[in-house]
Amino acid sequence: MTYSSDAQADTMITLDHVEKWYGAFKALHDVSMSVRQGEKIVLCGPSGSGKSTLIRCINYLEPHQKGEIRVDGILLGHQAKAIDAIRREVGMVFQQFNLFPHLTVLENCMLAPMRALGLSKAAAEDRARGLLERVKIAEQAAKYPAQLSGGQQQRVAIARALCMQPKVMLFDEPTSALDPEMVKEVLDTMIGLAEDGMTMICVTHEMGFARQVADRVIFMAEGAIVEQAPPAEFFSNPRHERTRKFLGEILNH
Amino acid sequence: MGKDEFVFLLVGLKWTVVLSAVGFVCGCLGGLAVALARTSDIKVLNKATAAYIGVFQGTPLLMQLFVVYYGLALVGFKIDAWIAVAIGLTLHASAYLGEIWRGSIEAVPRGQTEAAKALSLKYASRMRDVILPQALRISLPATIGFLVQLIKGTSLASIVGFTELTRAGNMISNQIFQPLTVFAIVGLLYFLMCCPLTIFGAHLERRFAASTR
Repeated sequence: MTYSSDAQADTMITLDHVEKWYGAFKALHDVSMSVRQGEKIVLCGPSGSGKSTLIRCINYLEPHQKGEIRVDGILLGHQAKAIDAIRREVGMVFQQFNLFPHLTVLENCMLAPMRALGLSKAAAEDRARGLLERVKIAEQAAKYPAQLSGGQQQRVAIARALCMQPKVMLFDEPTSALDPEMVKEVLDTMIGLAEDGMTMICVTHEMGFARQVADRVIFMAEGAIVEQAPPAEFFSNPRHERTRKFLGEILNH
Repeated sequence: MGKDEFVFLLVGLKWTVVLSAVGFVCGCLGGLAVALARTSDIKVLNKATAAYIGVFQGTPLLMQLFVVYYGLALVGFKIDAWIAVAIGLTLHASAYLGEIWRGSIEAVPRGQTEAAKALSLKYASRMRDVILPQALRISLPATIGFLVQLIKGTSLASIVGFTELTRAGNMISNQIFQPLTVFAIVGLLYFLMCCPLTIFGAHLERRFAASTR
């Protein structure tokens, strides 16, 4: 673990000139940003703009090739120790939920605290039940994921990530795979989390959520950050042509 | 056919069971190692196990038994025929089970590994708690099918002079000159071992399918 000497107390994540390639394709182009503790960021942009890749670099699901990523002062190098330290602080929610199908809802939530944090079974169960309560799904604890609706599964996935008591939550299009009537229950859960002060980076096209919750909206295109602004300004007065075109496409359908 | 002859067949049957069990248990351990090596990020392990699987899938089991049996003797290991056969069957089973399980591990969706990594589970836990239980279910039909093949494959041990069920049948048949009766019984004994396994496999498959639905 390497702690930067000039890390500001309230900076949670910094990306410094991060670049990433898939072979010859440049997926991230000189991306720099920083996220304060408790800040809520909404990342948006057309598909293939690198927004998912960006958040997947933050917990090293994808390695970056150039530049520096720091989470809570820890430099994300390519050593297992730093990767592990960062993953313990960063929770992630996926588009496809990715719950473990062979484990019950409760076991899904207990696994990582027991294996990665060394909690006893009783302590892990306590914590899991508390968080399942918080996402309002405690009564489903004994079921298997396949027995739940998409919205319920995604709320379990959020609870499962929270069981690690992360400092940051990453959301990778958490509502894109859901039927429309289930989007709200997941967004409400995320809004609740935001109100409790969680640092969040959300890749989403839910612009209502962005308006209501985000401190900052970041727009990406072709692997680079095009512009960023508080939501009021971002939606009413986008500066770049590319942003205007994107907003036109997603808001007027 | 008298009682003595039948008892002689049963002794042969015992050795067939022992060989199958040793081959399968050791083959499972070896196969797991092969499957993990085959799916690891370490290139050397990857290539070495790919070559190993290639050799054992590309040559007849009988030849493999010959090579182990005569080969080990040639380099100075004096071992019993049954140990040589057990080693041969283990190497054979490790290659096949390794390949079956490699496919099953790779059939578990990528998102499962990613979710486990994001939860900061380390490799051992990712495999033991998340990937392998799911891979096992996927591999069950092929694994049971291979076990049945292995039981029948032990009959080849008769050719290197080991008295298991098939060779016992052969010997009895040469004594009492009733090949049809003897081999009908031998065949029935094989069937009684293999058929319940197939049924058990189908049962397990249904049970696993029900628990994830």
